[in-house]
Amino acid sequence: MKKVIALVVMGFTASLIAGDLTGTVTLKGTAPAEKEITPLKEDATCGKLVSGTPKTTHYVVGAKGELANCVVIIKGVPGAKSTGASAAPIVVDQKACIYNPHIFAAQTGQKITVKNSDPVMHNVHTSPTAAGASEFNTAQMQGAPDLSLTLDKPESFVKFKCDVHPWMFAYCTVVDHPYFAVTDKDGKFTIKNVPAGKYTVEVAHRKAGTTSQEVEIKADGGKAEFTLEAK
Amino acid sequence: MQENRFNPWLHRYAVLVALCALGLIAIGGLVTSHGVGMAVPDWPTSFGYNMFALPFSLWLTGGVFHEHTHRQWASIVGVLVVILMRWVGGRKACKPLLIIGGVELLVGFALPLLGAEWKGGGYFLSGIGGVVLLAGIVWARNDPAPGNLPKLGWSAFWLVQLQGLLGGLRVVLDAHVFAGTKLGVVFGIFHGCLGQLFFVLLCIIALMTSRWWLERGVSKDESAVPDATPRGLLIATTALIFLQLILGATMRHQHAGLAIWDFPRAHGQWWPDMSDAAIQQYNATRSEVVAADPITAAQVGLQMVHRVGAVLIFSAVAVCFMRLRRSADVVLRRLGLGWLLLVLAQAGLGAWTIWSNKAADVATLHVVGGALSLVLGFLISIIALRFNFRCCTGGQNLASNAA
Repeated sequence: MKKVIALVVMGFTASLIAGDLTGTVTLKGTAPAEKEITPLKEDATCGKLVSGTPKTTHYVVGAKGELANCVVIIKGVPGAKSTGASAAPIVVDQKACIYNPHIFAAQTGQKITVKNSDPVMHNVHTSPTAAGASEFNTAQMQGAPDLSLTLDKPESFVKFKCDVHPWMFAYCTVVDHPYFAVTDKDGKFTIKNVPAGKYTVEVAHRKAGTTSQEVEIKADGGKAEFTLEAK
Repeated sequence: MQENRFNPWLHRYAVLVALCALGLIAIGGLVTSHGVGMAVPDWPTSFGYNMFALPFSLWLTGGVFHEHTHRQWASIVGVLVVILMRWVGGRKACKPLLIIGGVELLVGFALPLLGAEWKGGGYFLSGIGGVVLLAGIVWARNDPAPGNLPKLGWSAFWLVQLQGLLGGLRVVLDAHVFAGTKLGVVFGIFHGCLGQLFFVLLCIIALMTSRWWLERGVSKDESAVPDATPRGLLIATTALIFLQLILGATMRHQHAGLAIWDFPRAHGQWWPDMSDAAIQQYNATRSEVVAADPITAAQVGLQMVHRVGAVLIFSAVAVCFMRLRRSADVVLRRLGLGWLLLVLAQAGLGAWTIWSNKAADVATLHVVGGALSLVLGFLISIIALRFNFRCCTGGQNLASNAA
């Protein structure tokens, strides 16, 4: 009985001791060249919203290889469950006929708000492939109210696309707990309030693939550096 | 014989309908090439509007232009085919058309009673029924066209409606999955392939309404020297082309972009590596401009089969051409040459599709070239089956007339 009580107390205490996991993801090697999105420039309406010809953003890499748009997920956090229903919405904007952000992550059940800041109709079409997940496909006129949707099954890189402007696409990784982040343009990420412990942390980039490592998070947090190789 | 009387206006009209069907294939090809099949997410309504009342401002928006134009054009082709059916069916077609049109009209009006979601479909069916009914009550009391033309007309009549329904289901059922496959993909492939057969059927009607066909007659002279026309080879080659078109439609409707983007090599090799690591590598290094799905080993394999198929088809058509060159009939010789040149151009368009990174207009030209290659194969085969082209040493036309 004493052992059980001790274990419960230890577990409770550990859950109270939480720190932030911070780190950086770096790309080793040279990323493939991005392509010009010529259909955007050639479109009668969208072409007027941009100066020059925008390029694809499959690899967003800093001068020292800092890799943006990587989804970092901590695996196996005890008792972790989705807080998506009460979390702040993720906001995705369709601006200048491009999805912004291109890569994002959300919890299951978390509201995703899709704005249309363009003077043209778009079509928001999600393509989840997880069993039981259903597609969302709705036209959004210019000036129309924001669309709101949720993704309810965990899945990596669910595609969002505009069928009206097929060069417009983005990806959302859906996680069933709050311990994840997406790297910024400096390749940095922060995952807040992670219960102390040893975990496997996985990094996934849509093109460069995945990598993982064991990381210990203490009361004062933890750090992790990841490297992905350009294919 | 009145039965075989040539009607120049009927023939011209049949040619016009066939050309419109080719145009429809081209626009449908553009829809798939641009990846905008779901730009209008509802059917038969368009963004909730009656299909024929969509505001121009929406029609001209991005991919909506291609998809909605395809729907409008298809409606026109549907009406043209009903008229063609009435024409070749003659006055005997009036009664069946009245019945079919009446039933479609009534069912169309009844469907909305099942629920609001049936409203659009019901009104669409009512519209079709109205056109069919109108065709049944037109005053013209013309004789049926000769031979099998009324039957072919009825086939086109049903096929155009089935094709329209498949096109609609491709949109409506896009998100549904059956046996691990999206129904939108399945219906898209069926829709693409049936469209090709529909075009073939209309070209056959155009051929059979021509003066050349009607006045040539049929050779049934059993005592004649067996001719050298390679009928079996012609049919087999045509079937091979159709299989190739099914492969092409499957590749296009998976919306994964180019599974192999170099030619004549494939991912730098004569036969590409299709291991998991290699596929991962291909996906990692390609910079897709449009929202293409990741490629799979099956898709790489499919393109390789398509390439091998192209070689086989070219070889088979070349053999057909060599055999047809020995034919005494100048028409067959010319058709054989035309087929060879068309398949050659089609192979070039296939290569250009890859070199252009699947530029929409080039890929669509490739689709149109495929349709024409299939049609020519069908027409040559039918001509060879219909007439007895006896071989001779001279260049004269020895195809005999039964009369």
